[in-house]
Amino acid sequence: MIAEMVAALPAAPIVVPLVTAILLLAGPRPRAQRLLGLAGSVVSLAAAAALVAATRRGEVLPIQAGGWPAPYGITLVADALAALMVLIASLIGLVALLYTIGARRDDRFVHAGWQFLLAGINWAFLTGDIFNLYVAYEVMLVASYFLLTHGTSRAQAREAFTYVAINLVASMFFLFAVALTYSATGTLNMAHLAERVPAAPVAPVRAAAVLFFLAFGIKAAVFPLFFWLPHAYAIPRAGIAAFFGGLLTKVGVYSLFRVFTVVFPGQLDGVLLWVAAGTMLLGVLGALAQDDIRRILSFHIISQVGYMVMGLGLASQLGVAGGLFYVLHHIVVKSGLILVGGAIEETHRTGRLDRLGGLARTNGPLALVFLLCALSLAGVPPMSGFFAKLLLIRAGLEAGQPWIVAVSVLVSVLTLLSMLKIYSGAFWGAGSPPRAPARLVAPAAALAAITLLVGLGAQGLYGLASTAAGHLTAPAAYVSTVLRK
Amino acid sequence: MIAAVASGFALALAAPWIVRRAPAHAGWMLALAPAAMTAYLAAQVPAVAAGSIATAATAWIPTLGIALSFRLDGLSLLFGLLITGVGAVVTVYAGGYLAGHPQLGRFFASLFLFMASMLGLVLADDLIAMFVFWELTSVSSYLLIGFDHDRAEARSAALQALLVTAGGGLVLLTGLLLLGQVGGTFAVSALIAHAEAVRGHVLYLPVLVLILVGAFTKSAQVPFHFWLPSAMEAPTPVSAYLHSATMVKAGVYLLARLAPVLGGTTVWTALVLPVGAATMLVGALLALRQTDLKRILAYSTVSALGALTALIGAGTPAAVEAAMVFLLAHALYKGALFLVAGAVDHETGMRDVSRVGGLRRAMPLTAAAAGLAALSMAGLPPALGFLAKELLYEAVWPGPGGAAWALGVVVVASAALVAVAGIAGVEPFAGPAHPTPRTPHEAPPSLLVGPALLAGLGLAVGLAPVWTAQPLVASAAGATLGAPVTLALKLWHGFTPALGLSVLTVLAGATLYATRSVLRRDAAWLDRAGRLGPAAWYDWAMRALLAAARDQTRLLQSGYLRTYLLVVVGTTVAVTGYALATRVGVRLPTALGDVRSYEWVLAAAILLAALGAVRAPSRLAAVAALGAVGYGIAVVFILYGAPDLAMTQFAVETLTVILFVLVLYRMPRFARYSGTAARVRDALVATAAGGLMTLLLLAATGFSLERRVSAYYAESSVPLAGGRNVVNVILVDFRALDTLGEITVLAIAGVGVYALMRLRARTR
Repeated sequence: MIAEMVAALPAAPIVVPLVTAILLLAGPRPRAQRLLGLAGSVVSLAAAAALVAATRRGEVLPIQAGGWPAPYGITLVADALAALMVLIASLIGLVALLYTIGARRDDRFVHAGWQFLLAGINWAFLTGDIFNLYVAYEVMLVASYFLLTHGTSRAQAREAFTYVAINLVASMFFLFAVALTYSATGTLNMAHLAERVPAAPVAPVRAAAVLFFLAFGIKAAVFPLFFWLPHAYAIPRAGIAAFFGGLLTKVGVYSLFRVFTVVFPGQLDGVLLWVAAGTMLLGVLGALAQDDIRRILSFHIISQVGYMVMGLGLASQLGVAGGLFYVLHHIVVKSGLILVGGAIEETHRTGRLDRLGGLARTNGPLALVFLLCALSLAGVPPMSGFFAKLLLIRAGLEAGQPWIVAVSVLVSVLTLLSMLKIYSGAFWGAGSPPRAPARLVAPAAALAAITLLVGLGAQGLYGLASTAAGHLTAPAAYVSTVLRK
Repeated sequence: MIAAVASGFALALAAPWIVRRAPAHAGWMLALAPAAMTAYLAAQVPAVAAGSIATAATAWIPTLGIALSFRLDGLSLLFGLLITGVGAVVTVYAGGYLAGHPQLGRFFASLFLFMASMLGLVLADDLIAMFVFWELTSVSSYLLIGFDHDRAEARSAALQALLVTAGGGLVLLTGLLLLGQVGGTFAVSALIAHAEAVRGHVLYLPVLVLILVGAFTKSAQVPFHFWLPSAMEAPTPVSAYLHSATMVKAGVYLLARLAPVLGGTTVWTALVLPVGAATMLVGALLALRQTDLKRILAYSTVSALGALTALIGAGTPAAVEAAMVFLLAHALYKGALFLVAGAVDHETGMRDVSRVGGLRRAMPLTAAAAGLAALSMAGLPPALGFLAKELLYEAVWPGPGGAAWALGVVVVASAALVAVAGIAGVEPFAGPAHPTPRTPHEAPPSLLVGPALLAGLGLAVGLAPVWTAQPLVASAAGATLGAPVTLALKLWHGFTPALGLSVLTVLAGATLYATRSVLRRDAAWLDRAGRLGPAAWYDWAMRALLAAARDQTRLLQSGYLRTYLLVVVGTTVAVTGYALATRVGVRLPTALGDVRSYEWVLAAAILLAALGAVRAPSRLAAVAALGAVGYGIAVVFILYGAPDLAMTQFAVETLTVILFVLVLYRMPRFARYSGTAARVRDALVATAAGGLMTLLLLAATGFSLERRVSAYYAESSVPLAGGRNVVNVILVDFRALDTLGEITVLAIAGVGVYALMRLRARTR
């Protein structure tokens, strides 16, 4: 019995939120909705933590759905990377939900949509099948569109249309790439693909790789495909935006990491670093041009994705580990910042820097939380962001790519500038604005504490990221475990 | 040592609480901790001077070779004593200076954050640990400069200081990582053992340049010096402590610390010495023209930092010894003068030297402390500053390590500094009294203890250098040189050239002081030159950056979906086409095989329908045409033996058309928004995209069917899954998870539509 439960553990982060969502749709009373939503998130988080513990030494835990052997059925695979991503998704899902409840912005539909989205995200991380990944993306996309438009004005709903249209185009590329891959290799299982791609005909593989890159790149908002993001992510309430801003683009980044190491290694050599540089630079420049907290933060999502792609582009284990460390760190910090922006918006009805000021005087804890997250984002020690940058810079130097290191350093300085612009504009200055209630500050404070602790104990996360990167740069163990060889 | 640093951070956390409990005595109480640490460090002097080095280490990120390792040698001890000693004095002072300030708790928290970080910086043996503390000092400096954040000047000065120092910090980090890569370790003590290999490495020059940029930004060397005078927006205790005695010397510390690893080469001297000398000269000259007490002191600090940098750049034993003595002397007199400036400001309400005067009567004790400190700054005996200046002259005297041009620079700068010492330490107290916003009276004890103590120490050490400073300074110099030094500090060196130069300097300085009002009136060209300096570059760069940011955002974020789609599709065509054309090359099937005539007809019909959808004059026509395309594709399915797919396709197409027609009824009138040119462009991109997809399909010439996983489905469907319709078995069994996902998608979409309708119904 226990052995079976352990064996089924990799499915839990998908099944638990899915079941919770269905229960929520049955329409319990508001109080019960909250409890149910929270319970679903907490159980998902616990399952994710158990998964991380079970995979931390490099174990690969596959589930063959329906008992059909790989590569014929669909395989769910929990390795260190998937487990870490599921953990961070469940964590942010819980913290952002606490904020949304604290802001009294929740209802039955929000709770149900929330769990659907969490299920879709976890699904994307855990699946070992490239078409099933497409299905997970669809679940995510439709759940996110639902949450994006829920409780917004007509004008905002119209803005959300841009989001969905662009994402549908990305899905089309994705599907086409899957079809090309299948026609060239005759399989969809990623581990099986890892075996077959090297011997497959070059042209369709190359074309599929490029299309996958574009599909994931649009989701991840990399250069030059990022323009849809800033407007879309500034639409919803902060709780939902924290969930989106932290996680959704990172599913695209995760897919880039997984697919371009295990399935198509080396297909994007030389391109990724340029993409990374363009993404970093244009994102941060966009942020500098904004005067609204949430919009500044939205542009920074783009810029930061550039760093993650840089890690992937460096392709060494250190570089990939650095990129993964960056992904995990960034999700925490960015969600924390968006929640701070939300606490300000809820309390002051605006996020425009020219209408805010003096928050540090009356909102000391909020100021501290913001500073911790903002400085972490800019890579200031001892927060997690510093170690993320340290790993990337070191990997860049070791790979003999000083130019990308130079770009990343420059962008760090500009990131610092735009974060301090917020601090200077909203937190400093004259005025004694009212205090944001603790129920709005506490969720962000938890994330700020995490970025600090992860930084102080950087060995912990680095060890995990390094294990995860090992499966990507040398996927032999992953492949043989999934295919039971 | 770990405990000492950690207790500093703990104190930073506890400070607000202590201030809340005992607001009146918080300064005195909090100062106990740094005072105790000073005593502890002072007790280590004999052991360290005897050559023993205390170490402590704990693992941090072992797999990256990063440890929290600390090491107390002479150099660390000298800096540690300055940090804790001046820290204790400044804490007492700040308690009085900011008495009653509502944010005093936060001020002390930032101050102790700085103190602990700075202590960590000078004690760390691991370069990465050191860098962590290095950045923390920049951050705490940011918070302290911006303490009076109601004023826009304070905010922008804080930002400027942090951008320059943290930006330099990131460059430094790159340099340190490269150094670690070259030397194979991050421990300075171990790097010294590999110094030869490091200096001979191909990457030596990049390592050196990157690290120097970090050190120069932190220590306000030309051309990065501009942030330091701006930082005078900070409360005066902060200026005295961070921006004079300690933080700005971190760059000098780093140079001294890494000199045994990176120094001793011609490149080192060629890069460090001129920059230091230029900074010394520029700082001293710019100080002359100022009338704001704090800015005067700031520019003279820039000059002193230049001198220290130049001496370490020269790198001879004499130069390094001079640097250590000068470092100590400067911290004592400049700290005292800053605190005096703060007391003057606090008691009179202004700090413009041209408008305050005669304060000696109202503030005699402050005046005495100022006089003593000015004595040391001017390099007059018997203060420590005199010793320092003598050593400085001896170090740059033409010969090994010295040069005539360097000596010239030092003499000119020193003369200017003599005048500046007079302006800052004498002018406010001499002459007739001027009316001031507040009636001046003697400063309270908390504001007096600090300057008196620091200035008094400067005198005491000058009088009895052998018993006080000599062992400390000697072991600090030894750590920098990487070899023990024997140093004899004494006031009287005999009639040496240095003494002659000292006399010359004082005379020239006195002349400059006497003509200060003329200088202020007539040397406006210095201001004009300043307007072309790096501070202006910074402003220009900021403006250019913002302009570039605005322009590119306006260009890329048009907000039009059609532009976004154009870019996405265009990029796809370009990138995919490029990847295939350049790297692979597509081989198309040469013969089209046996295409039957009715297949041609069908293809033509589908194409025509697609064209019709694009050119349709109304939405209804477009929908009808799209439906025709869909039906055409369904026919293709029938022709190729997939009747169930065709059925599905027919059903979907029919439903879609019906739904479209229902929705069309509620939509605004059909209109054309784009001109002919735009439509031609769109048509080209669309055709290219379609063409590319066609090419890809043709190029994906079938992988052998037997090896596809679908072969397994066909074989296993009946025996293993018990179903005769393979497609259905795939959907509900082999790949049931996909189906679950798609059902979920439908369910969410349904709920979403329901939620939207309910919401709209309620809001209407």
